[in-house]
Amino acid sequence: MTDTPVLSVRDLVVDFPLRRGNFRALDGVSFDIAAGEVLGVVGESGAGKSMTGAAVIGLLEPPGRITAGEVHLSGTRIDTLPPAQMQALRGKRIGMVMQDPLTSLNPLFTIGDQLVETIRQHMDLSEDQALERAISLLEEAGIPDARGRIHAYPHQFSGGMRQRVVIALAIAADPELVIADEPTSALDVSVQAQVIKVLKDLCQRRGTAVMLITHDMGVIAQIADRIMVMNAGRVVETGPVAQVIRHPREDYTIKLISSIPTIARTGEPPPPPAQDSAPAFVQVQGLVKDFDAGGGWLARVLGRAVPPFRAVNDVSFRIARGETYGLVGESGSGKSTCARMIAGLIEPTAGRVVVNGMDVWQVSAAERARRRAVQMIFQDPYASLNPRWRVGNIIAEPIRVLGLAKGSEIEDRVADLLRKVRLDPIVMRKFPHEFSGGQRQRIAIARALSSQPEFIVCDEPTSALDVSVQAQVLDLMSELQGEFGLTYLLISHNLAVIRQMANDVGVLHRGVLVESGPVDAIFDHPQADYTRMLLDAVPDLADIE
Amino acid sequence: MTDPTTSPTSAPRGFWQRLFDSDIWFSWSRSPVTIVASLVALALILAAVLAPWIAPHTPFDPATVELMDGFTPPGQQALSGTTYLLGSDDQGRDMLSTIMYGSRVSLFVGFAATLFAMTLGIALGLTAGYRGGFADTIIMRIADVQLSFPAILIALLIFGVAQGLIPASQQEQTAVWVLILAIGLSNWAQFARTVRGTTMVERQKDYVSAARLLGRNPLAIVTRHVLPNVLGPVLVIATISLALAIIEEATLSYLGVGVPPTQPSLGTLIRIGQRFLFSGEWWILAFPAVTLILLALSVNLLGDWLRDALNPRLRK
Amino acid sequence: MLIFIVRRLLQSVIVMLVVALIAFLIFRYVGDPIVSMAGVDTRLEDQELMRERLGLNDPFYIQFWNFLTNALHGDFGISYRLQQPAMRLILDRLPATIELAVVSATLALVLGVLMGIFTALRARSFLSGVIMTLSLVGVSLPTFLIGIGLIYIFAVELQWLPSNGRGTTVQLGWWRTGFLTESGLRSLILPAITLSLFQMTLIMRLVRAEMLEVLRSDYIRFARARGLPDRVINFRHALKNTLVPVITITGLQLGSVIAFAIVTETVFQWPGVGSLFINSVQAVDVPVMATYLMMVGLVFVTINLVVDILYYLVDPRLRVQGKGR
Repeated sequence: MTDTPVLSVRDLVVDFPLRRGNFRALDGVSFDIAAGEVLGVVGESGAGKSMTGAAVIGLLEPPGRITAGEVHLSGTRIDTLPPAQMQALRGKRIGMVMQDPLTSLNPLFTIGDQLVETIRQHMDLSEDQALERAISLLEEAGIPDARGRIHAYPHQFSGGMRQRVVIALAIAADPELVIADEPTSALDVSVQAQVIKVLKDLCQRRGTAVMLITHDMGVIAQIADRIMVMNAGRVVETGPVAQVIRHPREDYTIKLISSIPTIARTGEPPPPPAQDSAPAFVQVQGLVKDFDAGGGWLARVLGRAVPPFRAVNDVSFRIARGETYGLVGESGSGKSTCARMIAGLIEPTAGRVVVNGMDVWQVSAAERARRRAVQMIFQDPYASLNPRWRVGNIIAEPIRVLGLAKGSEIEDRVADLLRKVRLDPIVMRKFPHEFSGGQRQRIAIARALSSQPEFIVCDEPTSALDVSVQAQVLDLMSELQGEFGLTYLLISHNLAVIRQMANDVGVLHRGVLVESGPVDAIFDHPQADYTRMLLDAVPDLADIE
Repeated sequence: MTDPTTSPTSAPRGFWQRLFDSDIWFSWSRSPVTIVASLVALALILAAVLAPWIAPHTPFDPATVELMDGFTPPGQQALSGTTYLLGSDDQGRDMLSTIMYGSRVSLFVGFAATLFAMTLGIALGLTAGYRGGFADTIIMRIADVQLSFPAILIALLIFGVAQGLIPASQQEQTAVWVLILAIGLSNWAQFARTVRGTTMVERQKDYVSAARLLGRNPLAIVTRHVLPNVLGPVLVIATISLALAIIEEATLSYLGVGVPPTQPSLGTLIRIGQRFLFSGEWWILAFPAVTLILLALSVNLLGDWLRDALNPRLRK
Repeated sequence: MLIFIVRRLLQSVIVMLVVALIAFLIFRYVGDPIVSMAGVDTRLEDQELMRERLGLNDPFYIQFWNFLTNALHGDFGISYRLQQPAMRLILDRLPATIELAVVSATLALVLGVLMGIFTALRARSFLSGVIMTLSLVGVSLPTFLIGIGLIYIFAVELQWLPSNGRGTTVQLGWWRTGFLTESGLRSLILPAITLSLFQMTLIMRLVRAEMLEVLRSDYIRFARARGLPDRVINFRHALKNTLVPVITITGLQLGSVIAFAIVTETVFQWPGVGSLFINSVQAVDVPVMATYLMMVGLVFVTINLVVDILYYLVDPRLRVQGKGR
């Protein structure tokens, strides 16, 4: 080992010459990565972390280009190399892992084809030798029965398995550096931990330097040696992981780290639930939802029908007035289907939902009252507001449709709601695309509040937001709950968010509620195996010594 | 995530709206081809609309047509002493006036057929996309089958059937309307397919869920929420479809199954002009042909530009 | 695989039945068949006798059933205009149309795909700009004007090529071909170019759009990051993925060449089924219209079926059952 770092970036500047002037995406970025070291690069969206990775490997999207600074790979300058030489270097000396395993493999070629083609591009091996190497790489990446599955197509693998294939492809030619851009963001928590481990093991064994780009501080804590915090195209702070997380120096880092929710109990525990004595405000009983798995009538005639898929299986729980029930689960666990059945959007196959004595799925005279009382906040603030409507009309729609107010009173109410969610009432003349993600989610909350509901179903309300914005939105939700005595059903895949917000929690796994009870009891003493596995898998800042 | 163009979201108020308004303007003002196309299209449309007031002659009034002026080449003085800018045809009609009146018919049929196709296509597309299930299967199956047959064949069939159903004495008055019906019915599927696609995307979005949560009925959701969001792509298709309809009308009239000879469109004029192609009276064919090409090309160029100009917003 | 093919076959049959129903409705209800066949002067009793004999008084479904069984035997009735079996008329003229369509389709497919690939890969080059602009002009030019223009230049002014007809033809069994004589081939050039231009521009624009879309995808970006050379990325990875959607639409476009031939055949007085059809429409010759409709329907359904099966073979996501999830 020499003292020369594998990757050395000095004063890197990337510019995007746009129509209305130049946009500086990276502004004087400098850092080093030594052999065998993992550098975690964190930042919120737009911080320039992916841009840094793309600039290093020479894959900036036009019109972006490096306008100043130097990139050295093991002592040789590479940012000035002609395209042909840069291309020879990609894959061979710098490998890359991209975010979405479902789209980064070519669906029309077998994984063996793609591996062999990459190996033979960079190494002087025969077809058979390359195939052998491909199989051993897949085995190393933890693909069971690699020899048998080498001629399978990408769609025959699950997301986690595909990301292992992608990692095998990235290290196929033993590169000195691997750039991993959000390698686990598209995966579930339980799979995420395994994939991170594979990446770390493979690189450690080879002494490969890793540049790990992620927005998830927990992942960094789990795998990285050093951490680099970026914001608005600049490096804010660099240092060993424990030091930066425990003792951040810069204001931005301090704020960022304090806004990350942790799975450990912070602050005072929620008051003891009055569950058994008080009548339940929301009662969910034996909720079931089957989806027709298809095949169509012809398959049925030919006797190849697929039995219906049971997305939600006999889910029951209750929420007391003014409390928050957290429902956690991974993708495909049926939590969103649950949310929609409870709010009244998808009709259940079986079961009952009763809110304040009103059955959600029973047509009755109280229909209007029930619609007023139950509202919903959705995950994607970009899709939950009609882009062609002015904000004022969006918030006023429930008031108008349910006939809660008339004339100028409507506008007064809208102004009032906007103030409640900390927005200037003047914005009611604007359209949704003029707002940031966090602001839009506030508008969505204002709309949910406009019918003066008592119960709000929140389906992943913050998972599309950056952590600092997430913290603000969660704070707002808590304040409003106190002010209006709201009852929340909070759906999330993020255990830390649930712990901080909920009184009670239910854990959903493949449509079945495996555990339900007071949040501290379940987080501190999980009973179900699945809950225990989930809690173990979550990377958390509190784990840092 | 780190797309540079999305980062200035926190810009001052009104900025995005102004940017959008100016974006269309900007891309228009920076594309000389588009500016020329707009001007050409505008000039042709004005000339057609204002024909009764600005045309130098009234070509279909026998009283004003000098038969002995037939075959006068462009710009030359005819026997009657009149000079015809674009020459005259076999019956001594002024080509310029004939073309202006002909464009009038072509444009009327084009616009009416497109409007008809658009209305039908939007209604069926919204129904198929929002309702899904059986209605969707039926509507889209019909659209698929129809789309796989060229519009011209469908129009010919509809025209042929109508000819058989309408008594011969009324065929002349109804011809234009039959033509509009035939062209309109042969072009609705394109609208329906696009509207259905966009509707299926939009109805999955949670602003529709939010409206459903309030118990709004499907008709209100479709018209108030979904419709405004599908109009962008519809506008692009409408422009391209207008060019197609104009060409289709010309083709049908050229084939002799379009508008009656008493009310000639550009296609009819070309059909007539072709007879004189071999005998040297080129202007009788060339000027209607050039007008038709300019019309179709300028509208197509506008459609092409509009698609690109609206695209970044649609992509989002 | 079995379910897939059976389902597609069933769909084809249903589409054919619908086409047959439309053809039948046209045949039966457009104009009065008796008046068209026998003339207006025939005595009413004779008309009634004919009506009975032809089964025109039978219930609707029996008439439709008879129409179907006759159609399966190739019997579509007698042309009102030419007093010959409609099927014979169509078959006589089919070779001319098929030869024209095959040559134009090949021309459109080869040139269209090549230009599409070129303009996608060299999106910023000057030549691509020129091709794209020309293609827009091509879309705006009505087919009949292209034909007239070509006739004017190559037949009237330069006098290089004939302006109409098929030239000398040779009879091979029931098939009359123009491929075997020089005049036959020379006569084919102008109509073939005319017919192929519109399809060519469409195919080119389609291939270009699909390829640009594929080139923007993640797996192409990842292939770049793996260090594969541009040649492999463009012609192995991108091209194969482009072809999947292109196969479907191109197949259908090629089918429509037959129907588009109507206009070209009229301009060049080409003795094919298209010009027969247009003459029949003008004369409201219903049996020929119905036969033509059935024939075109059959061509489309067949092409559709072949395209679907091709699609199935190319895309492993349809072919291979998933195991992972």
